[in-house]
Amino acid sequence: MDRLKLVLQYFQSNSESISNGICVILALVSVKLYTSFDFNCPCIPQYNKLYALGVMFVPPVILFLLGVMINRHTGVMMEEWARPPGQRTKNPAVIKYLFSAMLQRALLAPMVWILVTLLDGKCFICAFSMSVDPKHFTGLPNNTGLDLVKILAKVPCKEDIIFRNSSFRKAVSRYVRCYSQAIGWSILLFLILLGAVARVIKPCFNHAIFLQTRYWSNYLDIEQKLFDETCVLHAREFARKCVVQFFEGMHDDMNLRLPLPHTLRSRKGNSEYEEEERLHGITRKDQMDHLLQTWYQCRPELDVTKEAYKPSVCITWEDHKGHIIYSDV
Amino acid sequence: MDKFRMMFQFLQSNQESFMNGICGIMALASAQLYASFEFNCPCMPEYNYSYGVGILVIPAIWFFMLGFVLNNNVSMLAEEWKRPNGQRGKDPTILRYMFISISQRSLIAPAVWISVTLMDGKSFLCAYSVDIDVSQFGNATGYGLSEEELVRLLAKIPCKHIFDGSHVISREAATRYIRCVSQAFGWLFLLLITVIAFMIRAIRPCFSQAAFLKTKYWSHYIDIERKMFDEICTEHSKSFAKVCIQQYFESISGEMRSFHGHVRGDDSDDNDDENHKSDEDKLLGIRAQEDMNKVLWNWHTCKPPLSLKKEGNTEEHSLLNNVNENGTTGQAGYDNASFNISPKSLESNTIRFDKVDFGTTQNNFSKTLLNGKVSMNQHQHTFVNGDGYPSSTIAKKEWAVYYSKV
Repeated sequence: MDRLKLVLQYFQSNSESISNGICVILALVSVKLYTSFDFNCPCIPQYNKLYALGVMFVPPVILFLLGVMINRHTGVMMEEWARPPGQRTKNPAVIKYLFSAMLQRALLAPMVWILVTLLDGKCFICAFSMSVDPKHFTGLPNNTGLDLVKILAKVPCKEDIIFRNSSFRKAVSRYVRCYSQAIGWSILLFLILLGAVARVIKPCFNHAIFLQTRYWSNYLDIEQKLFDETCVLHAREFARKCVVQFFEGMHDDMNLRLPLPHTLRSRKGNSEYEEEERLHGITRKDQMDHLLQTWYQCRPELDVTKEAYKPSVCITWEDHKGHIIYSDV
Repeated sequence: MDKFRMMFQFLQSNQESFMNGICGIMALASAQLYASFEFNCPCMPEYNYSYGVGILVIPAIWFFMLGFVLNNNVSMLAEEWKRPNGQRGKDPTILRYMFISISQRSLIAPAVWISVTLMDGKSFLCAYSVDIDVSQFGNATGYGLSEEELVRLLAKIPCKHIFDGSHVISREAATRYIRCVSQAFGWLFLLLITVIAFMIRAIRPCFSQAAFLKTKYWSHYIDIERKMFDEICTEHSKSFAKVCIQQYFESISGEMRSFHGHVRGDDSDDNDDENHKSDEDKLLGIRAQEDMNKVLWNWHTCKPPLSLKKEGNTEEHSLLNNVNENGTTGQAGYDNASFNISPKSLESNTIRFDKVDFGTTQNNFSKTLLNGKVSMNQHQHTFVNGDGYPSSTIAKKEWAVYYSKV
């Protein structure tokens, strides 16, 4: 009973906490990806916005798709959704629950990427440096012959020579970055508030039904895992019987050697009997060679009925007068 | 329950998680290889493009092939593909499934290489620096550069230290532009493969899920069957070797007996101490130094044939040959007697004997059975009625004539 409890707990925790763990790992991966990515603003008016918004939004899409793919619940949900009813009707509430759970987990890594991008500010500076009103800032370099838009577009690029000995670039950067961080923090605050409110209010609505759907969605997950496990074990048994049947089918002369009932076996015989049993009747080199050749040339059919349902022998022992001493019949 | 779980984990982990692990390791290896690789653009118009594109593509192909090499399932796929049909037809969907799953795993490391290369931008810069539009980044007119000289100048852009045309074109601006294009390509490439993978994995259950379960099961089965065959062959060869060596010792000990007049020890009562009995047995009749020397000498100079005699004493072996189908010999029924079944009875899948007798008195019979040795004088033979198959009395443990359940 205790063992069963342990196993069940393990299964329960296995399903959800592993998904949570993977979700957190993906979020960490997204942070690492951002820090190792070399942000490279083109500093050209036509391409700045495109590049920056691309860097801000394309990786979250990729991370979202990855999050959906890695999650186990996706497979369970899709199978449950796409299967024909059969003898078990479908419960749309369970499918909805699985979908929302999967969505929540998959959205974490993209949100982390977007927040890190905003808090860092480089993307925002690249995208919106041209929208700044330069009148607020002193030190605009006006001896380069470039128009205003082009100068503003070069603000994200530190090493550009037109900004030497000028504080203009730093001032504009700081201003835009400040905006970017404000937006980032607001989004974070909003998300946390949303999460907190959702968690607090959820028990007010249909808690009993929620418990039911959560149970059945866990059940579906465990059922699929057990099915896969059983298939693997079955394949192993099937393979063993198939191979043993193949070995035993390689006899060239049908010498039937069958075991005596236990009571009549001598003690010494036991270990030798096991050895002989493992030989499956193949006792010569040429038999073995023929067996290996045939294994390749003529693979046996996938049918172990004969081996699985071997007719059991019924032995009748009689003494010399014909009286039955013992009978299995 | 725990045992089952552990076994399943071992089985499962052996197959898929192991391959996933190798896959992950190769992806990390490819990223690390790029980081430690010293990119060295030739900065010459004729070679830039080949070098840049070569660095992008060739290691990716190499990683793909390495993935195939490291994957154990490749030999399994090749075996399944090439084998003759035999009694088991081949299912092309299974072969396709195996090939696709192997390819999917092998494609991860090349994808990582290509995306890291594109994100970094150096190879793109090297390959396409000659294609820049000069007017966008500088001013080529007024310097009197010929076409060829301009191209050579552009080709030097990737190399910071030898670039000498900063009055013509701004090197940083051009570099930045090309790198930006390269990174855009990199992200698009990642998006594309992620969308394709998503389509395959997440949308697949909508289509032919039942057929997919079938192919997955049978492809795992083929792998397990291969492993099981190796296991059983190993078990078999162990038993084969053990029995072979045992018989060899016994045959030598048999020879020795005629010199030394030993009596074999297993006539003794079963009530002996079991440990003592098994130690005696393990000696296999070899008790003297010269006997053992002979055993060792012969093992090298005259190895026994690979043919296990049926168990029993060797000097009585020749009498086996007297058994024939009509059972008219009076000398059947030794320890290692065997009887032949006509093919007719095999077809019906049952082996029928109308009546089986054991031809000894009860006391003698049971005694000889327990002692494991029968001498000829002590038992009588009767024959099976009806089909004329010879019966045999079973002396040692393994033999019984039996009915089978119809």
